[in-house]
Amino acid sequence: MFKTIKSTSPLFIKKRVTIFLLAMAVMIFSSAAMSVQSLRGDHALDADANKVMKHKIDTVEGGIKRNFKLQPPMIPHTIDKYKITLKGNGCMKCHSEKAYKKEKAPKVGDSHYVDRDGNTLKKVSSRRYFCNQCHAPQTKDAPLVENVYEGI
Amino acid sequence: MGLFSKEGTFKVLLFGFVLGVLFWGGFNTAMEATNQESFCISCHEMEENVYQEYTETIHYSNRTGVRATCPDCHVPKEWIHKIIRKIKASNELYHKMLGTIDTPEKFDAKRLQLATNEWKRMLGTDSRECRNCHDFDSMDFDKQESRSADRHEEAIDNDWTCIQCHKGIAHNLPEGYDPADDSPGGEEESE
Repeated sequence: MFKTIKSTSPLFIKKRVTIFLLAMAVMIFSSAAMSVQSLRGDHALDADANKVMKHKIDTVEGGIKRNFKLQPPMIPHTIDKYKITLKGNGCMKCHSEKAYKKEKAPKVGDSHYVDRDGNTLKKVSSRRYFCNQCHAPQTKDAPLVENVYEGI
Repeated sequence: MGLFSKEGTFKVLLFGFVLGVLFWGGFNTAMEATNQESFCISCHEMEENVYQEYTETIHYSNRTGVRATCPDCHVPKEWIHKIIRKIKASNELYHKMLGTIDTPEKFDAKRLQLATNEWKRMLGTDSRECRNCHDFDSMDFDKQESRSADRHEEAIDNDWTCIQCHKGIAHNLPEGYDPADDSPGGEEESE
């Protein structure tokens, strides 16, 4: 059986003081070890922040292989010259049905000409109009998270 | 000491010479003043529409820091062609006063016509203003993407000019214009 100690007994007070001192010591040491860190790291306020990594768009001749069936192909070139606006779609300069042969560019998939009611249109369907909703240019950066996916 | 004396003739000639220098200097200075980007975008028609689009393109900001401003593309460099273009531009002043394109909506409605004018001008001069900087002879096709290199060689072989393919590179393309219908070549390949 445990010996019960009355809260007023000298033994109990001694134990409380010990715990308190121990906690204080832990707090002091730990706060010295890891001081508060802001998002800009441990840079002094008047120093420059870390340089942001450059993300250069990669150009891959012949295109980038798909990683899985039905993957929207990734864009193997820069796209900053081409604009997609209400009034025109710069991608279609080369990738449209009319132009792809002479520009030696992949053609926009047939599915992109079908609207939600199943009608085949002459122009790219409005639900497929914004190419870079699914297709994206790539950079050569290392992946942020390691993974073992192998693709097809 | 009459006007027809030797001394008088000299004075008249000198006076004429000085006047000529002043006039010519003044004329050229004034013309150069209208050849500045700041002059072009002092009109809101240019500043709000085409200038804003241009600032997002490679002719405004790029890797090497070389910039082509409005007059580099839109005003010929050679004197006689420059004067002709400047005289033709008086029509633009007339329409500025009429307010033909004084809102973005009006501008967009007219854009196809305006762009077509400029494309025609460039086609007529074999893209002279592009070629002030860009020259097939100084292009290294090995440094281009294979597709661009192929197309440029095709262009040399067929005597195409820059503007035939490179429309809408510094400004948005007008509504109702499809570059796929217009770019040259490839006829024999397409079925």
